Amino acid sequence: MSAILYGLLGAALTGIGLFGLLVRTEPLLRILAFNLLGGGVFLVFGAVARRGAAAGFAADPVPQAIILTGIVVAFAATTLAVALAVRIAEEPGDAPGAAPGADQPPDAP
Amino acid sequence: MTAWGALPMLAVMLPVVGMVLALPLGARGAERLTLALLPVGIVLAIGTAAAVQAAGAPVVHLLGHWAPPLGLALRADGLAAAMLVTAALVVAAVALFARADFGTAAGATETRAAFAFWPLLLALWGAINLAVVATDLFTLYVALELLTFAAMPMVCLSGTRATLEAALRYLMFALLGSVLYLLGIAFIYAGYGTLDVVLLAGRARADLPTHVAVALMTAGLLAKTALLPLHLWLPPAHAGAPPAASAILSALVVKGSFVILVRLWFGVMPGLAAPMAAQVLGGLGAAAILLGSVAALRQERLKLLVAYSTVAQIGYLFLMVPLLVAAPGDEAYAARAWTGGVLQAVSHAFAKAAMFLAAGLIAARIGQDRIAGLAGAARLLPVPVLAFGLAGLSLMGVPPSGGFAAKWLLLTSAIEAGQWGWALVILAGGLLTGGYVYRVMAAALTGDGTQPALRRPDKRETIVLALAVVSVVLGLLPLAAFGLVQVGRLDLAP
Repeated sequence: MSAILYGLLGAALTGIGLFGLLVRTEPLLRILAFNLLGGGVFLVFGAVARRGAAAGFAADPVPQAIILTGIVVAFAATTLAVALAVRIAEEPGDAPGAAPGADQPPDAP
Repeated sequence: MTAWGALPMLAVMLPVVGMVLALPLGARGAERLTLALLPVGIVLAIGTAAAVQAAGAPVVHLLGHWAPPLGLALRADGLAAAMLVTAALVVAAVALFARADFGTAAGATETRAAFAFWPLLLALWGAINLAVVATDLFTLYVALELLTFAAMPMVCLSGTRATLEAALRYLMFALLGSVLYLLGIAFIYAGYGTLDVVLLAGRARADLPTHVAVALMTAGLLAKTALLPLHLWLPPAHAGAPPAASAILSALVVKGSFVILVRLWFGVMPGLAAPMAAQVLGGLGAAAILLGSVAALRQERLKLLVAYSTVAQIGYLFLMVPLLVAAPGDEAYAARAWTGGVLQAVSHAFAKAAMFLAAGLIAARIGQDRIAGLAGAARLLPVPVLAFGLAGLSLMGVPPSGGFAAKWLLLTSAIEAGQWGWALVILAGGLLTGGYVYRVMAAALTGDGTQPALRRPDKRETIVLALAVVSVVLGLLPLAAFGLVQVGRLDLAP
């Protein structure tokens, strides 16, 4: 029963996160939406683990291991994205329209 | 566990261990370490290919002697071996080229970009090797994330606002793609209790959860591979990066997720008949070829033109999907489409690396990269312009280049399978490619003769020319040599 509830909650979170990631344009909101989306997917994995309970285990350990790895990866991705967003905010607006593709000196600060 | 099984494992471990060791060594030490690891990596990749060829079967390594589904296996089949060799050679060429931009001369102070570049290059190399030899869908997810995390900083090495924004956009597309892929894994695991591609190949059922899972994973991988309409991140990201980084991003990084897609469609899914979905993927590929080439024709800047050309060439890769799915029981056509797709991935890797490096040399020497301002470039820089032209021949599919062999195989396979539409798209794409390569060559070959005359090519120009020559010479190999890439195809397993 709880597996179904968590599965449905996970699906709802996934939907909210996906909507935010696709519709929002502000970097910080998109990063938050990505975290909601990731949280939803991890909940779905949790429901999968619970349904796979067997051999005396309360839940299948493999999806749990996947959730742990996934959380580490999502955390790393979030820090990377936040660092990038902060760096963009700090950058004095050096011509935001400057076409990428102009050859930049590779070791600018 | 087969003989020589340790080779693919070592090919993955070598760059990863190198990356970890490179971090405390500083920029100069990391550069020396990378250059020292290159020959070892090339030997491991060629050794793997030789072992696969000799055995006529995939080379398998079981990590810790645990067999799937309990353990993880690394499995180098023909496709993996071809990609391992390609990655090793392209990484080696790019590393030698990058010494001028990111090398630290004796006595010079180390720059941050140089310190970042070498470990990132090793990380990318390791991630690509893992993405082609892993058989566990979750290990492939980890490889995808490693690839993204190593590729994203490469995009913004120069640290300008435009490249930072391109990097953030790339990261957002890539993260969306990997979360969708992860959700698909949850469904697959719930349905089958294993994530091993080889085991799944025998078990997959054509039920709703499996179809949803594969659809989610395919959408995620398309975002990472930058197939139209999910290509929006690619041109600014690839065009804004320094030349050495652009070359590796365009040549190798997008191929990593493509190989995983092939594993999914023709490893996990061969039992599921999905001709409609395959036609949709082929249609997206065809749209990418046509629209990407037209966009490339309209670019003002050389590096953006080359980046849009990548969007178009990725489209060719996806033409193999409907041809393989629809080939009704005829092995010869399917084998031809498979070889054509893999050869397209390999020849595009060499040609595009050569093109980006040549564009970088030209832009650095002339001081800007507007196509209208290229007059006299051929006199000033004959070797890079020649390399650009040779790589262009391969992208167009002019015989006897590697691109010709790839497109010819796809074309004949399309005609024999009765799918004429794809053949027309391949021909039209070749014409459009010819158009944008001609634009660059015509601009570079004009001039009033006042520019300085021919001089001895420097080392970097030789590297660029070598890459372009490899992309052409691939077409001169006898077709039997491509038997390697057929080894271990899961969709043929009984």
